[in-house]
Amino acid sequence: MNKRLFALLSVLVLASMVLAACGGGAAAPAAATYECTDALGCVTIAPSEPVHIAYWGVLSGPDSSLGEDSKRGVEIAIDDMGGKFQGHDILLTTEDAGCTPEGGATAATKLATDTSIVGLIGSSCSDETVGGIATLTNAGLTTISPSNTRPVLSDPARGPDYAGYLRTAHSDAFQGKAVAEFAYNSLKVTKAATLHDGSTYAQALQQVFADEFVKLGGTIVAQEAVAKDATDMRPVLTTIAAAGPEFLYYPVFVAVGGYVTAQVRDVAGLETVALAGSDGIFTADLLKGGGTNTEGMYLSSPDFSAFTGDYAGFIAKHEAKYGGSTLSTFHAHAYDATNILFAALGKVAVVEADGTIYVPRQALRDAIYATKDFAGVTGNLSCSAYGDCGAPVIAVYEIVNSDPASWNPSDAAAPNPKKIFP
Amino acid sequence: MRTSFGERLLDLAVSGFLWGFRILIVLIVVLGTFLTIRAGKYTGEQWIDFLVFGISQGSIYALIALGYTMVYGILRMINFAHGEIFMSGAFGGYFIATWLTGIGFMDKYPVLGLISSMLFGMLVSTLIALLVERIAYRPLRGAPRLVPLISAIGASFFLQYTFRGFFGPGVYAYPSMKALEGQWNFFGIGILKVQIIVAIAAFVMMAILYSIVMFTKIGKAMRAVSENKDVAALMGIDVNRIIVTTFALGAAMAGAAGVLYALTYRQVNFFTGFTPGIKAFTAAVLGGIGNIPGAMVGGLVLGIVESVGPALFLDSLGIPRPYQLKDAIAYIMLVMILLFRPSGILGERVSKKA
Amino acid sequence: MMMKKDNLIWIAIKTGLLSGVIAIFLCLIGMVEVFSKRDVIEHIITLGDFILLATAVSAGVIAARATSKPDQQKQPLTNLVAGALAGITTGVLIAAFIGLGQQVNLRSVFLSASPSLFILLTFKGGTSWIWVYPAVGMGAGLLGTILFLLPEKFRQPITRAILITFLMALFSGLFRVVMINQSDNIAKLGKYLFGQTGLTLSGAIIFFAAIVAVSMFWSARSKNLQEGFARIPKSGQTGIRVVVYALLAYVILMLPQVSGPFIAQVIVIVSLYALMGLGLNITLGFAGLLDLGFVAFFAVGAYTVGLLTSYGIFGLQHIPFWVAVPIAILVSMLFGAFLGLPVLGVRGDYLAIATLGFGEIVRLLAGSDFLAPFFGGPQGIIGIQKPCLGTLEEFVRVDVPRVCNGLEFAGPKEIYYIAVASAILIAFIALRLQRSRLGRAWMAIREDEDVAEALGINLIQTKLLAYMLGAAFAGLGGAIFTVLVGSIFATSMQLIVSINVVSLIIVGGMGSIPGVIVGAIALIGLPELLREVSEYRFLFYGATLIMMMLAKPEGLWPSQATLRELHHEESSADPIAKTSKAKA
Repeated sequence: MNKRLFALLSVLVLASMVLAACGGGAAAPAAATYECTDALGCVTIAPSEPVHIAYWGVLSGPDSSLGEDSKRGVEIAIDDMGGKFQGHDILLTTEDAGCTPEGGATAATKLATDTSIVGLIGSSCSDETVGGIATLTNAGLTTISPSNTRPVLSDPARGPDYAGYLRTAHSDAFQGKAVAEFAYNSLKVTKAATLHDGSTYAQALQQVFADEFVKLGGTIVAQEAVAKDATDMRPVLTTIAAAGPEFLYYPVFVAVGGYVTAQVRDVAGLETVALAGSDGIFTADLLKGGGTNTEGMYLSSPDFSAFTGDYAGFIAKHEAKYGGSTLSTFHAHAYDATNILFAALGKVAVVEADGTIYVPRQALRDAIYATKDFAGVTGNLSCSAYGDCGAPVIAVYEIVNSDPASWNPSDAAAPNPKKIFP
Repeated sequence: MRTSFGERLLDLAVSGFLWGFRILIVLIVVLGTFLTIRAGKYTGEQWIDFLVFGISQGSIYALIALGYTMVYGILRMINFAHGEIFMSGAFGGYFIATWLTGIGFMDKYPVLGLISSMLFGMLVSTLIALLVERIAYRPLRGAPRLVPLISAIGASFFLQYTFRGFFGPGVYAYPSMKALEGQWNFFGIGILKVQIIVAIAAFVMMAILYSIVMFTKIGKAMRAVSENKDVAALMGIDVNRIIVTTFALGAAMAGAAGVLYALTYRQVNFFTGFTPGIKAFTAAVLGGIGNIPGAMVGGLVLGIVESVGPALFLDSLGIPRPYQLKDAIAYIMLVMILLFRPSGILGERVSKKA
Repeated sequence: MMMKKDNLIWIAIKTGLLSGVIAIFLCLIGMVEVFSKRDVIEHIITLGDFILLATAVSAGVIAARATSKPDQQKQPLTNLVAGALAGITTGVLIAAFIGLGQQVNLRSVFLSASPSLFILLTFKGGTSWIWVYPAVGMGAGLLGTILFLLPEKFRQPITRAILITFLMALFSGLFRVVMINQSDNIAKLGKYLFGQTGLTLSGAIIFFAAIVAVSMFWSARSKNLQEGFARIPKSGQTGIRVVVYALLAYVILMLPQVSGPFIAQVIVIVSLYALMGLGLNITLGFAGLLDLGFVAFFAVGAYTVGLLTSYGIFGLQHIPFWVAVPIAILVSMLFGAFLGLPVLGVRGDYLAIATLGFGEIVRLLAGSDFLAPFFGGPQGIIGIQKPCLGTLEEFVRVDVPRVCNGLEFAGPKEIYYIAVASAILIAFIALRLQRSRLGRAWMAIREDEDVAEALGINLIQTKLLAYMLGAAFAGLGGAIFTVLVGSIFATSMQLIVSINVVSLIIVGGMGSIPGVIVGAIALIGLPELLREVSEYRFLFYGATLIMMMLAKPEGLWPSQATLRELHHEESSADPIAKTSKAKA
């Protein structure tokens, strides 16, 4: 016992010395010509240091294509700026939030500790934001999400925790509505069923669809759900078949989406039902898991052809840098988010003669919110007081070829999937 | 010993509670079933569909459960890594199946192609299981039961993330095989080809295993070691070799199950083994741990209850989205069976300790 | 007697082959490539290089050890040859792998065998790699052998220094951020020692030298110090102990202010797992009931507090946190009894799966659409009021947090205090329980239920109490977790949490209270801190579990009873679990 006591003692003595030396004091400002009077404080970037922005999102697991895709948008935006801002290198770091609320909370705490971060792009999944946004807002950070679509995140009633949150992605209030209109007006179906996978995104989106579809005059014959790790979809699909739907909407993520698509035609009664998914499965991985059944399937997604900016140019850069087609649907939104961030940064950053940069946090946040008529790739973007910067135009695409290698939604000649509505 | 009044009251309360619990569950099942039949939401053919889906899934559970039950019977150890063994078989089968489909072999000789995939999957899973046994379990043979359990948990994580490192986090999809598409008709009822093939393959494997265990010399040795390790050793049986054989056989079954599973559901990724592993262990306990026919029965029962249960009794009781709760039904059934028959459906068969 | 020459060569080659295979394995799982983005010493050696070198060095050490007989003097020449040979073999194997990879497309099977990996391994395309690997391998092997041959006096400090310097490099990001946030001088020191991606050269040298010096001083002087301490009169000894505890208390109190919110959050999570561990320690460690569904009680505590304090639409009441917590603990206890009752008569390993099932049932029900009107379903419960030391303004309306007049425990830095205080309190309670009659009754049940019953212990009562108290501790953990995150989702209550708790109490030392805390720090704290290498966290976690069980099955800080048991067990082979008849 004595040995342990002494080990403990030496560690403690060391620790106390360190603590005593610090006295918990904050960083004393250098002999500055600039006095930071910002309510949330300032980020100080020394002449030799990089401008540090961070991307947080889902970078591991079955939905990693979503996070990777957005990250690439950020990287291309940085490349377009020459990798530099006001003579400083731009440093992009990433934080994996795992598409879960507690993952988001942990990532947020880690990011909040790093006082060298100027701004954030993220998160990927709405769940992550719900878990982490309070921490980020309270730390004075501002984040722009390229792919959160949960309606409540930019709603007027969202609460003060979301003061640091904006997004360039659309709200699912639009996506569900567009799909309902497509089903009712274009496909002329009157009986629809939905299936969700227990994620907040899917459950909210299918409910929006259901409500809109009923408003248009249709009937929802079945609303079912499975657990996220379920693999055997045939029993629940049989239950849906018993209700006789003409249209099945399953706005889920990749794992469940693949299983449902692969098994749906095996169930008696669903051989001819129209299948539709959403941006969660707008990726070549769906073709892998769903196989030949994906042919003729509909997917809702942001309308790439309605992008007013130079989307083709963006695709060319993407092709050159990464080879292959895009992974998911929100790369252009991430590109725009990064550019909005840096535009605001350009407006509020104070650059000294020696190259030191000061970034007042509240001013930066306000500048981002004040974005008006920003010529982004996805459209002419203006941010609302509640963080909605998106130009939501949703389209419905149809998959024409089930070969994963043929996936290329932005191919001019033979896009797969192909836009069919509106 | 004189029990106090308080203790007797407690005893009574406990018995009362347990009986109440049993009766409640039975009531729910009966009432739900009655209401469902009355509502007539599903046709007879759809009930048969539910049943077939359940049997197909259940036979896969049964194959995996065999490995759990055999290892437990001999070593009294829960092999947590067994789910990952299953997953490795699925991966192994993937590479062969993709290669054979790519060169057109699978379309020309589907039976041969499928069997090759399965054999290769079994080979991979057996090798990995033997490696795990050698490194993580053998040194811990004599340790208290929780120590190998933790080692097994560690092996499970290690294998999962090794496969993730090798093959990435994305899903791997088995190629579409024409031979498996479509239905066969039995008495006017259409049943999916792939499900029949899977069920038959599973039964064949179980039959082979059963014959090995019952009718061969090695099987006899396995049963002897399962009864009583020390006496078996005295009889001249190489206990170590038998234990390794048991692991190998269980792993082969799991590897076969992996390929069959992937044929049914198409997708494999590094995490695929986790949930079926837990389910299979449940099935093994359900049927009676250590008992080989028990694992088969347990697997089938579990699969059928998961498939039929939500539709049969939850749906009509007004519970929305009943299939979200299918796992809950499975576990409640397990507890019920353990309440009525604590050793599982067919009773347990574990080694006696000297 | 000298080793037979061919035996020596064979052992060395075997060792080299094994470590070569491990090195190739590390390449194929992508670890080398990912790690090469982090440095151990900035601009000099990356983490990827380090792990490859480590395999060769270990080969050297193992070969040297295998070729020296224990009862003889070390034979330097033999060992050096063995070490060198093992190192060369490792290098050759890696070189062969690189050669293979350049001819054959390994990428079709192994995703990580990508062109970028081979560019990295061939030092960007030169051909020198063919001889570099065997040569460096030989050097590394020799290094390993030399380490092995060093006298104990030098070897221990040097090995320790290497290990600790490596750890400093791994955590360099954390240290750097913490130090930068302090006063100017500390910030400068931080930047001097820790670079952006690893240690600076000067930092590495300083740490290495310092640890060697301290180690050597320690081994030389420790005996004297201990004897000196023993000579001080009792009152003096107590005085020193008091000072130590006071210092400990000071460090604990000041830590979050110094280290920042991230480390505070990690400590909170570690404390919560420690709370659950202490609870499971009663159920499993004392009473021997293998409960794999422990997360259910955590969930009950979390949901209770959430529902009672939320200002969102699911808030049933709007009461302060301090009132909600005892209620949550009570509800957890009731749940513990409720879940314990059906499985009272269930045996050892069946109990594992039955309790696992309960854990899953709770999670499924909480997140289901069926109970969504009460528990929020997949959308969860958000808007949970933070604890307030003071008075709370009246509840205004839904989704608007109530204003706190007083100290609000808003972030990890404040909740840290609640968590650590709870952990200490519960540890104390657990200690008293362990030494009480109830505690001994539990241990009796663990050893043999039938004998315990014959001795007059009421099985039902005792087992139920074990479940209830374990559940109470876990419920407290859940309550604190809820206010930390500010929202609850059923997806947080996964089976993996229960598995982690079981692992941590066994790795820490089952039945031992300090063991639980150590286990929580080791198995939960370290991986959280190491999020840098998050892709391989679980790989290391799994490997650590296996290695711990192989090397130290009694745990890191075992209780006396377990130590006795395990070393007595080495002769017989009885498991701890005993059978019991079913009781209705």
